Amino acid sequence: MTDDVILQVKDLKTYFKLDEGLLKAVDGVSFDLRKGETLGIVGESGSGKSVTNLAVMKLIPVPPGRIAGGEVLFQGKDLLKMPDDEIRTIRGNKISMIFQDPMTSLNPFLRISTQMIETIVLHQGMNKKDAKDKSIEMLKLAGIPSPEKRIDSYPHQFSGGMRQRVMIAMALSCNPEVLIADEPTTALDVTIQAQILELIKDLTARLGTAVILITHSLGVVAGMCDNINVMYAGRIVERGTADEIFGDPKHPYTQGLIKSVPRLDKATQQRLFSIKGQPPNVINLPDCCPFYPRCDRALDICKIKYPATAELSKGRNVACWLYSEGK
Amino acid sequence: MARFFIRRLLSLVPTMFIIVTLSFFLIRLAPGGPFARERDLPEAILQNILKRYHMDEPLPKQYLRYLGDVIRWDFGPSLRYRDRSVNEMIDTTLPVSTALGLTALSLAVILGVNVGIVSALKQNKWPDYTAMSVAVVGISVPLFVMGPILQMVFAIWLKWLPPGQWLSDHGLKAIILPAVTLSFPYFAYIARLSRASVLEVLRSDYIRTARAKGLKESVVIVKHVLKGALLPVVTYLGPALSGIVTGSVVVEAVFVVPGLGRPFVQAAINRDYTMIMADVIVYSLLLITANLVVDLVYGLLDPRISYK
Ligand SMILES: Nc1ncnc2c1ncn2[C@@H]1O[C@H](COP(=O)(O)OP(=O)(O)OP(=O)(O)O)[C@@H](O)[C@H]1O
Ligand SMILES: [Mg+2]
Repeated sequence: MTDDVILQVKDLKTYFKLDEGLLKAVDGVSFDLRKGETLGIVGESGSGKSVTNLAVMKLIPVPPGRIAGGEVLFQGKDLLKMPDDEIRTIRGNKISMIFQDPMTSLNPFLRISTQMIETIVLHQGMNKKDAKDKSIEMLKLAGIPSPEKRIDSYPHQFSGGMRQRVMIAMALSCNPEVLIADEPTTALDVTIQAQILELIKDLTARLGTAVILITHSLGVVAGMCDNINVMYAGRIVERGTADEIFGDPKHPYTQGLIKSVPRLDKATQQRLFSIKGQPPNVINLPDCCPFYPRCDRALDICKIKYPATAELSKGRNVACWLYSEGK
Repeated sequence: MARFFIRRLLSLVPTMFIIVTLSFFLIRLAPGGPFARERDLPEAILQNILKRYHMDEPLPKQYLRYLGDVIRWDFGPSLRYRDRSVNEMIDTTLPVSTALGLTALSLAVILGVNVGIVSALKQNKWPDYTAMSVAVVGISVPLFVMGPILQMVFAIWLKWLPPGQWLSDHGLKAIILPAVTLSFPYFAYIARLSRASVLEVLRSDYIRTARAKGLKESVVIVKHVLKGALLPVVTYLGPALSGIVTGSVVVEAVFVVPGLGRPFVQAAINRDYTMIMADVIVYSLLLITANLVVDLVYGLLDPRISYK
């Protein structure tokens, strides 16, 4: 089983040194990503989803950021220990990313063709002509109509949804092993969201790319992911298969998240559930469970100590005192 | 693009017309006149002089006569230096001021942009602190202080450069001190401007994308950062040029440069109407054209702007 793990994140820690204090944006995150798998990372805004994945690519701005510990093993090699010129052969090539806001993620001053071709030329060693053909092919796959005409346009000549398609085409152009999609649909309107998710699912399945799908919406993750990690305040609080997380959520936070997904199938007149309180301020956080102030089932020990992760079954973990031994 | 350009060129005509008209009447509203200094001029002689310059005619007639002359690029005789025409004076002084101004502007842009970029890339390290301290000095010390200081250090103590005068006496060396002095505030401002905008672009999403694609940092900077980061500098070129034009008057006085600045000030003091008008017209044309060029360059750099 472990031999088809292509990306292994072990106890990753990323801190930001701010004027207000030390911000532990990611504090001991571990997960495995298998070939062809789609892994969801879910959590509220500020829970450290983006930072985790930027750290995987060593793209954290230093300073104020710092990768304070952990390993990121890609095909057995630790990306965090790699020299810059080596990790650059992986970025955009073996592991590529698409981002939340397609309106600002493409360079407004360069043609789409320039931006796509430079990646392909860099990693695949093609000449520009072949790289352009390859780009057109990718745009076609990504559902851009008449790509041979539109490839020389500038980003502002595309709509948001189209730009995200361009980003996807660009990210997959070097046939990466891993695609990290950081809230790829958050900035788009609902009808387009479904199309973009479908496109990612379809293309990555075809190319055999493993996907890390970051989102704050369980609705997005439901139809897409094999496994789900739930993040809260820089840590993974629960993990399991999509069925396990939706069918039998353990952590009170996960339960709250699921209850707060609007359901169209149940015609209830109830008000939409929302988790009370605010996401925690993770600056100078004490060693308690950061969720306890918002938790209905908090125990005394939750205020004192962070729970160890309990393994309920293989690949099914939860970090909550309700499930820990010796509470 | 071509249509935009032509339209802008055509709009020069009404703009210039308004400028000429306003200045023509405004300078005549100011107390005194070109001959007021020559006290005790016998009335008959004064009348004679006025007649020679058609200044005895009613104002509207003078105005129309002047408009007709200006359209033919004839600025008339100087009212002060009676043996010289204004055209002659412009022809000898304008090239000097243009050379000085363009050298200063180029210095300011080339040095300012480069220093700004280096500062941004070395943010909060010593090159950044050094450059930004120099920039603060550049912005806060006025030209009439900066000029004499540089003159004293480089011309009088070190004797590396001539203290003043122009190419005919000292060759190209003569342009260094005045150009450096004149460019200093604009260099400083451009350095700060480009530093800030490089920093801002470096934080932008599309630079994160560029890095996530595996591009080398040098490629990221040159290909992805600079174009966007230089737009504010281009925008600033218009105001910078008008600042340099006025600053030039001071610098020319400090370094005894035979440019347009001195005759302009003299003309204003002497109420040398024809000379003042010519200066205003030349400066306005210069600034309007410069702004047109800036707009064109901006349009070339930023694909989101389309001129129709
Ligand atoms: N460059 C940075 N400098 C300082 N703090 C940062 C920086 N980047 C992220 N952080 C902090 O790290 C924490 C985690 O941020 P992150 O962007 O990973 O959240 P997220 O889970 O992706 O949220 P969202 O859903 O809003 O994207 C936040 O508190 C954020 O303020
Ligand atoms: Mg995020």
